[in-house]
Amino acid sequence: MSGDRVRLTVNGVPVDVPGRISVAAALLGLERPFRRSLSGQRRAPLCGMGVCFECRVRIDGRAQQRACQVTVRDAMRVDTDD
Amino acid sequence: MTEAFDIAVIGAGPAGLAAATAAAGAGRRVVLIDSQPTAGGQVWRHDVAHGYPAPARRSIQGAMSGHGVTWLPETQVVAAESGHLLVQDPRRGYRLPYRSLVIASGARELLLPFPGWTLPGVVGAGGLQALAKQGWALRGRRVLIAGSGPLLLAAAHTARRHGAIVLGVHEQASAATIHHFARGLWRWPGKLAQAASLRLSLAGIGYYPGSVVTAALGDDALSAVEIEGPRGHERLDCDVLAVGFGLVPDLTLARHLGCATRTDHVHAQVDVNAQQRTSRDDTFAAGESCGIGGRDCARLEGTIAGLAAAGVPIPAALLHRRDHARAFTRHLDRHFILSPRVHDLARDDTVVCRCEDVPLGAIRPHANGRSAKLATRCGMGACQGRICGAALTELGHGPSTDARPPVFPTRLSTLGEPDRLPSLPVSRGIST
Amino acid sequence: MSTFDLIVIGAGIVGAACAEKATAEGLKVAIIEPGTVGGGATAAAMGHLVAMDDDPAELALSRYSLALWEAFTDLPLAEFSRCGTLWIASNDDEFSHIPAKLARLADAGIEAELVEAAYLYELEPMLARGLRGGLRVPREGVVYPPAIARHLVDRAVERGATFHAQHASHLQPGGVTLQNGSVLHGPVLVATGCALPQLLPSLPIRARKGHLVITERYAPMVRHQLLELGYADSAHGADTASVAFNVQPRPTGQILIGSSREYDANDADVSMDMVRRMLQRSFCFLPGLRDLDALRIWTGFRPVSVDGLPYLGRVPGMADTWVAAGHEGLGVTTSLGSASLLIDQLLSRATAIDATPYDPARVLS
Repeated sequence: MSGDRVRLTVNGVPVDVPGRISVAAALLGLERPFRRSLSGQRRAPLCGMGVCFECRVRIDGRAQQRACQVTVRDAMRVDTDD
Repeated sequence: MTEAFDIAVIGAGPAGLAAATAAAGAGRRVVLIDSQPTAGGQVWRHDVAHGYPAPARRSIQGAMSGHGVTWLPETQVVAAESGHLLVQDPRRGYRLPYRSLVIASGARELLLPFPGWTLPGVVGAGGLQALAKQGWALRGRRVLIAGSGPLLLAAAHTARRHGAIVLGVHEQASAATIHHFARGLWRWPGKLAQAASLRLSLAGIGYYPGSVVTAALGDDALSAVEIEGPRGHERLDCDVLAVGFGLVPDLTLARHLGCATRTDHVHAQVDVNAQQRTSRDDTFAAGESCGIGGRDCARLEGTIAGLAAAGVPIPAALLHRRDHARAFTRHLDRHFILSPRVHDLARDDTVVCRCEDVPLGAIRPHANGRSAKLATRCGMGACQGRICGAALTELGHGPSTDARPPVFPTRLSTLGEPDRLPSLPVSRGIST
Repeated sequence: MSTFDLIVIGAGIVGAACAEKATAEGLKVAIIEPGTVGGGATAAAMGHLVAMDDDPAELALSRYSLALWEAFTDLPLAEFSRCGTLWIASNDDEFSHIPAKLARLADAGIEAELVEAAYLYELEPMLARGLRGGLRVPREGVVYPPAIARHLVDRAVERGATFHAQHASHLQPGGVTLQNGSVLHGPVLVATGCALPQLLPSLPIRARKGHLVITERYAPMVRHQLLELGYADSAHGADTASVAFNVQPRPTGQILIGSSREYDANDADVSMDMVRRMLQRSFCFLPGLRDLDALRIWTGFRPVSVDGLPYLGRVPGMADTWVAAGHEGLGVTTSLGSASLLIDQLLSRATAIDATPYDPARVLS
């Protein structure tokens, strides 16, 4: 894995994660929740390949982004439902 | 640069890479499109910790190093009109003209509902592989693998390689079926080698045929699973459950284009002729979208599709090898038929449509999928019915055949104000 | 056993409302619907409950129906949302027509207010700059039509109506023959929308295709159903293909974007060209839409009568044959009023509003 680390802001808190990983992998590693379903259940990635849409989070202000389809970048802002 | 490409290849897995290589080798201008940031598809997905397997690296370099292949990563086909595709990447949406098309959209994992399957910590078996390769830190996590099919062994291999503690692989098919399946593999030496090397690396990991995870337990996240198998009923604590019931062809794009499909068993596949041509004259399909046959079959079909799209005669030997590889589909289908036990796992209160939180009990009273959809919103959410549609087809609630655009959720700006075709570089190379 | 007080053919929202109303009056009803209940134009509709005031008869029927819709505001499956309608004037000319529109609505007893530019942006801050003002109709709302059609059919069946999942092959004196050969006897009401000419070829219907786009769920961007005042020109114009800005906030947080109108479009395929035109129009009014994701696009066909008014009443020259069809884009709004008007006539009672303008005899004479 690349030795580079990047700094994300997850729900307002700065965190350092390995570079080149996906936002989904980063949040899973941090044991952060992803989204709440319509009835309020906690949800996290299921398919890992952009199909199930369970890993949706807000990235740099854009809602409903699939975390498994986006690679982390320095200064990226990620917001989850919790 | 508004010149049309000769051939657009959708999907950069084994089939798409082979198609692009063959078509470019025949002197055609090829554009290779994939929604992922790196080539390889799912089976050859780039691993941030371990890079590519050697055959993947060779195949990718083969496609990208020659002239004539323009590689567009992170690019999603969202609609098709006559003579061009509407595509979008993270920055823009635009129309991409083409003359012929090769669909190499691959497969999706069949994910079936059971009590607790929506808990965080429950992932697909292929999902576990994809997320591990994206950098999910699995070291020290207790992972249980369940479901059906050869993919479970590959998932166990990936999990272990990433430092997980693999608690066991629970295969719903019976021990007798598995032995019969393995005995038949001599006809596909490549498969035998794959299976043997996986079994080797799995030494020490329990493989339990005839065993089904009946429930995932936990409050806000997975903490344990319930299993029913030859040893009776047991409960096992774990951090991750990777569960998948095999693969189904991804037909979204093919259906959208109006390509005919056919259904041999339960799930449909693109209907192609010997040259991999679909019911549309200008459109070819190769690999898992034509039925689950594995990577060797996908590569052969990709090459045939690439040559056919380029208008080049196809060597008879190649067609023969493809036919042999394709026979594996039937071998696989025969042995990993899902038992009624698996079909009956979901209860009336089990959520089936995860996007709209629709439980099975709300869907049951409806005569058909359309009626259920209108009344419950089942399949109307963000995944556009990709997960629940395949699951409900498997459970016998009728096929889902929606073919309207957009193929994927799409920025309104892409649909309303597509850019002019940007200047696209050729062969941007790969990161390994 | 197969003799009924009324045989309703077609279970879109209009047929469903008629069947429900008839059973409420104690009639013995049969419902004939081979497809999904509410699965045609009803499923494709926006579900906007709106008074259109361009024609007095249209306004009268809308107003009458809107009052009846108040009975559904607490029904959860109706997903009623009183978002109100905000008609938008882009320029001085459009703005100058608002007082007359206001007066027509006031005459019909519909509450509405003129909206100056500053107030417009207070109501809807995401609107594009430079708009002139608008007209707000605060008590209008939106519903989810296919679930209501289903509900109305269920209510009718609870009251004893029988449901026949069959095609109606042809009408015959005193009843209808179904595709399976069985014959139902009794007065027949044809409520088959665009398919009307199959059973009643003397009543012309043209299908007018429309497209809709729905987004993913988001935090609210707009509060009202928003329409450009030019909408009525598009709706009533004879152009082969036109688009108009018409955006609706769904209670789900999704935004529904319309609208397009096309005559002579034969297939139900999504035309990316029409989608493009429609979205470009919507970006003129709501530029922020550009960044949202579209989940689905679909098409539907509005059943258009000769003069834009529905055919409601007895079909001249045919014994015991009734029609309720041809509501164009107002079928959801006017379904309940249409049903009351029709059943009152069937029972030879006085109607709540003058039924003459909708009498199918007008096109047969």
